Amino acid sequence: MKIHLPNSAFLGNIDSFLRGFDESKSNKLELTANKKWIAIHPVVLSMIAALSLSVNPKSISCEKFEAKSKHYLQRMGLFNFLKIKPEMSITEHEAAGRFIPLTQIKNSTGLTAFITDMVPLLHLKPKQAEPIKYIVSELVRNVLEHAESPHGAILAAQYYEKSNTIRIGIADTGLGIKTTINQSYNTKTDLEAIQLALTPGVTGTTQKEGGTEQNAGAGLFFIKSIANVNRDYFMIYSGRAMYKLLKRRPDVKTIKLQADPFNDRHSKNENLPFWRGTIVGIDISLDETNEFSMLLNLIRTTYSKAIRERKEAKHKHPIFI
Amino acid sequence: MIQIKLFPEVGSFAENKDLAKTLRLKKIIPALKKKQEVTLDFEKVDSATQSFIHALISDLIRTYGADVLDRIRFKNCSETIKTIIKIVTDYMQESE
Repeated sequence: MKIHLPNSAFLGNIDSFLRGFDESKSNKLELTANKKWIAIHPVVLSMIAALSLSVNPKSISCEKFEAKSKHYLQRMGLFNFLKIKPEMSITEHEAAGRFIPLTQIKNSTGLTAFITDMVPLLHLKPKQAEPIKYIVSELVRNVLEHAESPHGAILAAQYYEKSNTIRIGIADTGLGIKTTINQSYNTKTDLEAIQLALTPGVTGTTQKEGGTEQNAGAGLFFIKSIANVNRDYFMIYSGRAMYKLLKRRPDVKTIKLQADPFNDRHSKNENLPFWRGTIVGIDISLDETNEFSMLLNLIRTTYSKAIRERKEAKHKHPIFI
Repeated sequence: MIQIKLFPEVGSFAENKDLAKTLRLKKIIPALKKKQEVTLDFEKVDSATQSFIHALISDLIRTYGADVLDRIRFKNCSETIKTIIKIVTDYMQESE
């Protein structure tokens, strides 16, 4: 496998980075980088770290990084995952640096401890912390419960002062969405599976409305809704498909949540290099953090409507002759 | 009447579904079986995930029907927790 770290890869322009991922020779990992400057979303780091755990450390090669921003990669813990000694001395940033370095979470107890530690690391106020804790918990639990990845979930997050956003990336190299959803459904493509996974009330564990005692199939819909209300990016990539929720246009004042993700303002691609597992990237603006309970009320309305419509679609209709 | 305080079990952010399941199986269901009413006290719990609340109460609604909600009291809930409980009770009843 080969990955090239470009000059810039954030959720808005991540498509070209994903297209450049070379999935072949899955027992090797080769990393190259832009020589001048590397500015990347934490989801890119999570991807590389997840891949590094799936190959023998001796089969990882990484060219000598020349870009000034290589310190960022060191600080985020990338070289620890690659098991490569960086050829540089590191200037420690102030302790108040608002980031969460690459972290591997393999079980429920680890997740609970991580969430407790996360809020002070990102210096979040309680109102800002609420949706972020929510997102991390639901996404990582999805991995732990459904992905069957031997390496659990790999997560990183970073605060960006200029945009006043927290950007989060979570990656796994598990079963992927299509395999998980198809335990109860029969989707033909990775994109169709992603569409179902983002629909409220759809879970791979059962076709029954309301889900099972442990799964309702609501987690990803909630997270997409949080991003939508806050006018933020949300990206999910699994198999060969990627769905990206685009920012709501500033002139559109009315917030309307959609049960079908394809009715949201989005982009999609189903011809990307194959990713064994699932990747999620999300940006959360701290300016736009609406009251969480207001957002949940919107979700409540959309969720109930979606279930009613699905039930009505299954109704038998009288035949009039 | 049995009162279950959640904070000592789950902390201020209720997100661990395994703990929700344990509470349901070990405390809530035995009380309901004894025809007792149950109060779930969320004092000091600031927030919860939908997954947690689902794991805590959805199976009660499925097993005992929506009437089980007459036998459960939700106490000291924040606005977030109230709304999430309403979402779960709504979709479980819509699903019946």
